[in-house]
Amino acid sequence: MTIARRTLLALTMATGLTAPSLVLAQSDSIKIGLLATFEGAFTVLGEDAERGAMTALEEFGGTVAGKQIEIVKGSSDASPDSAVRAARKLVEQDGVKILVGPLSGDEGIAVKDYAKTHPDVTFLNGSSAAQDTTLREPADNFFRFSTDGAQWMAGLGDYVYNEKGYRTVATVAEDYSFPYTQVFGFMAEFCKAGGTVPSKSWVPIGNKDYSSVIAAIPDDVDAIYVALGGADAVNFLSQYSDAGGQAPLIGGSITVDQTVLTAKGRMRDVLIGTPAAGPTADTNDAEAWKTFTAEYKKQDGAFPSPSLFAHAYYINMKAAILALEEVGGDLSDDGAKFRAALAGLEFDTPTGKVSLDDNRNAVADMYLTEVTEADDGTLVNKMIQVTPQVNQTLGIKADEFMALGAVSRENPSCP
Amino acid sequence: MSELSVPRAARAPGWFDRIGIGHLLLGALLLVYPAMANDFFLTQIGGYSLVLGMIALSLMLLAGYGGMVSLAQITVAGAAGYVVAIFGENNSGIYGFGWPWWVYGPLAILIASLMSALIGWVAVRTEGIYTIMITLAVATACFYFAQQNYALFNGFPGYNGLRAPEVFGVYWRDPVPFYYLCLFCAVLAYAAVLYGARSTFGMTLQAIRDNPRRMRSIGFDVTAHKVFAWWLAGLIAGAAGILLVWFNGRISPGTIAVGPSINILVIAIIGGMRHPIGPFLGAVIVTLMQTFAIDIIGAERFNTLIGMVFLIIVFISPDGILGLWERVKPKAGGEDWRASFRTSVK
Amino acid sequence: MSDASRSRTDPLGQGQGITRRQVGAVALLIVGAVFLWMVFAQWPDWLDAILISKKAFLSAILNGLTLAGLYFLVASGFTLVFGLMRNVNLAHGSLYLLGAYVGYEIADRTGYWLLGVVGGFLVLAVVGLVMQILVFRRLEGDDLRQTLVTIGISVVAADLMLAVWGGTTYQYLTPDWLSGAVRLPIVTAVRSNGSEVFLAYPFYRLVVLGAAIVIGVALWLLINRTRIGSMIRAGVDDRAMLSASGVNVHMIFAVVFALGAGLAGLAGVIGGSVLSVSPGEDVRYLLASLVVVIVGGMGSIVGAAIGALIIGLAEQIGLVYFPTYGVVLTFVIMVVTLAIRPQGIMGRSL
Repeated sequence: MTIARRTLLALTMATGLTAPSLVLAQSDSIKIGLLATFEGAFTVLGEDAERGAMTALEEFGGTVAGKQIEIVKGSSDASPDSAVRAARKLVEQDGVKILVGPLSGDEGIAVKDYAKTHPDVTFLNGSSAAQDTTLREPADNFFRFSTDGAQWMAGLGDYVYNEKGYRTVATVAEDYSFPYTQVFGFMAEFCKAGGTVPSKSWVPIGNKDYSSVIAAIPDDVDAIYVALGGADAVNFLSQYSDAGGQAPLIGGSITVDQTVLTAKGRMRDVLIGTPAAGPTADTNDAEAWKTFTAEYKKQDGAFPSPSLFAHAYYINMKAAILALEEVGGDLSDDGAKFRAALAGLEFDTPTGKVSLDDNRNAVADMYLTEVTEADDGTLVNKMIQVTPQVNQTLGIKADEFMALGAVSRENPSCP
Repeated sequence: MSELSVPRAARAPGWFDRIGIGHLLLGALLLVYPAMANDFFLTQIGGYSLVLGMIALSLMLLAGYGGMVSLAQITVAGAAGYVVAIFGENNSGIYGFGWPWWVYGPLAILIASLMSALIGWVAVRTEGIYTIMITLAVATACFYFAQQNYALFNGFPGYNGLRAPEVFGVYWRDPVPFYYLCLFCAVLAYAAVLYGARSTFGMTLQAIRDNPRRMRSIGFDVTAHKVFAWWLAGLIAGAAGILLVWFNGRISPGTIAVGPSINILVIAIIGGMRHPIGPFLGAVIVTLMQTFAIDIIGAERFNTLIGMVFLIIVFISPDGILGLWERVKPKAGGEDWRASFRTSVK
Repeated sequence: MSDASRSRTDPLGQGQGITRRQVGAVALLIVGAVFLWMVFAQWPDWLDAILISKKAFLSAILNGLTLAGLYFLVASGFTLVFGLMRNVNLAHGSLYLLGAYVGYEIADRTGYWLLGVVGGFLVLAVVGLVMQILVFRRLEGDDLRQTLVTIGISVVAADLMLAVWGGTTYQYLTPDWLSGAVRLPIVTAVRSNGSEVFLAYPFYRLVVLGAAIVIGVALWLLINRTRIGSMIRAGVDDRAMLSASGVNVHMIFAVVFALGAGLAGLAGVIGGSVLSVSPGEDVRYLLASLVVVIVGGMGSIVGAAIGALIIGLAEQIGLVYFPTYGVVLTFVIMVVTLAIRPQGIMGRSL
């Protein structure tokens, strides 16, 4: 009876599955789920995100309204599927009522969809910055105190048109939704100011060799707008420098992030002087930012300056704690009071005042920056100007903005 | 495979004997499992394992009986998933024709099985070890295509908001109904594979695996048999694909990437490829490890853990957990399972 | 090859005065002439309109060639190991990535890039030797389990490398004499004031191409002109006979595996210097090697060269002219090859 024995084995296996879930609900603690990329190629970013969240937690001594805050970590590999799986585990197994995350754009959209199936759990964004996480078909219990990729570009299009005098710009970006959003944000202003974008290169995800793409960029453009992140940005920049590239660059928010600026290589020369825009600026001399940076640096393995991810997780985690404080840590009514507090929350962050719009997306200050060499030889984003209180529709009326349509390879277009 | 061909029927057994005490116990346990487990264990572990087990079962069918190790099974499942997304309902704003489940369900299985047959047709042109490489390359090509194509596959983000249907007033994604649905499909597939392995076709397939040249010279159409096996495997993987997207509520190229396709192979190998229960065992083990690794060793080194388990299994027990089990309790006058595995994979 | 043999057995073709071979030669000449014209002539506007610009086109060709050189380096080890041992080493990409990291560490600590290149080759050759002795010798004659083991190794290796080197991107600092662009004597455009614009191309990439050719020729000589090469060839033909004739097959296997792994490591350093080193490259180069050897024919060095050329060019031309589906193009070529000639262009019939 081989089969019988085999199935007996299956039986013993299966009994393991019924092990009672050990949810030791301590009445005097509040569980917050922290979802970020702790596996795969984006691990570095996920770890910095965690530093940001922990900075916020330590600011409050790890407690709120007399209750201990307990962080339960969930891990994704930056794919939407894994993000939803991790969110499910946090919500359904670990029983968190508040979840902060995820990290990247399409994960955000997937988690927002998942949020709709658990109206009693409150979701706060991590650092994901896709437009449609909050703009189209939002979830009532998904809040984003950080901003989206199009908002990040505020001020850049006008600046390069008026101050730098660029009239035609080619774009190079990866072929998925976050870069679409960034290019959209840049072009919305730049085209409105009168500029044209004759050539848009969408490079497939995973491509490392940009030299042919660089060669195909028209010679007669005034500048090249680059929205690539991490390894891709490093590859593009060094190959651009190898190819003897002449046209100046304009950076997307993650193109000139600390993860790129600290990379070793031969792209320093082409990077210096690159204007970009984003939710943070390294040389911001506001007191709040300096304090934040100092607190952030107390975390293990911190970068010289907090990355976008640390910043976004910090703000969202802080919002959660502030709202918890407001309701005295009371989540008994399925979190309704807590969510009402979140919706009305308005607070000062290291990067200025933040409040929410009707779709629960942040309205916040944006920073226009330029890459410069600091005194110690490192590259930093120097603050040029602040665009105050940018909303999700970039100052355009909501219905007009919606009429522009969802971002894609073709939208917007101004050749 | 020899125990499958033992002529038990000669004893004219009752239904009880024919099913076997082990199956009855296991069946009873699986039936009452919802009473013991919470919702998370019911769907995230129970349901998900059954779905992954079905996909791995389709691989086991090809590899165990046909000697063709495929890395494209998740691709076939994904094809069914995309059909569900396109013809069913989604909230990604393109397609989502909203056809009823009894139309798109069979359609999804049909398309997935045809695709499987097509992949099989390409793969059986070559033999043995080539099959792994070619199916890996096909799976990657499909992944890239889905990622780049917005017209049909909606590119990188894929489709969101896929919902299981409500039939007889039951929403089939609710934990208990979903679990029973998965269980039903899995048992059906399991029984079909068991039955099929003893059928004339199954016997012929195993004979082809052991000696294709001889079978060809006797007059069997080797290619046709193999492609038919691929088609059958496609039916199982396709059905699992539908359950998978109902489970996830979404599908994207990440679902059918290289990682997940290797994952299916890992499941089948860890479980064991000699008997259809193996893939399900493997699925349970891998799912448990995947879910709870973060609590035990931290998510960072999860892949090392699972890779090591996989390596150890391949090294010490080519027949997976099943083989380990049988080695611990050797049968009196037992068959040489090592030899039978060797022949089964050549 | 097949053209030639067919024309010989086809008296009708001979009778008409033009053999298929001659047609092929004429077609080749025409293509060659058109290509030369495209390289050296100044392009008319309509051609620019079709192919974006002469600069884009020629860069894509050159990049395709250099990429082919890199692919050849990776795939030659893969195909060599397969040819001899019938062992599909799906951890070959991991060897590439490990070589890149090891070379980086050596170059970074010593300050000599060339030491990194040599170190990448040597360290990986040793790793290959260890793999052969500890893993593959134990599973000899069990092709499938060998392959499964390599999958397991690749999963564990990828994760451990992530643990050691993290997700950061590493970039080699190549020596100054290798950096920068050279001006090729090819005019891509003429400015309105009459001055000519020459094609600038990164010097390092030309070096990569040259290195690949040199290594390819050396490999070919090693296999076709040396004693150990004749043993390897004999082993490819009939392992049992070679063993019976008194040759230590295990030694041959170990040498070939070390060589294959070393080449992967070398390619890692060279490839890492062209582009960069980051997690995920292992899968990328594994897939590239797979496609290259499937198209070129398993077990053949010449096949690997031809396959690399086709795939490298297809990838770069695809990237420039149809970026959306360029990635898929290489796989389409593979499937078409399989459908027409399952054993690959230079492969022996199965």
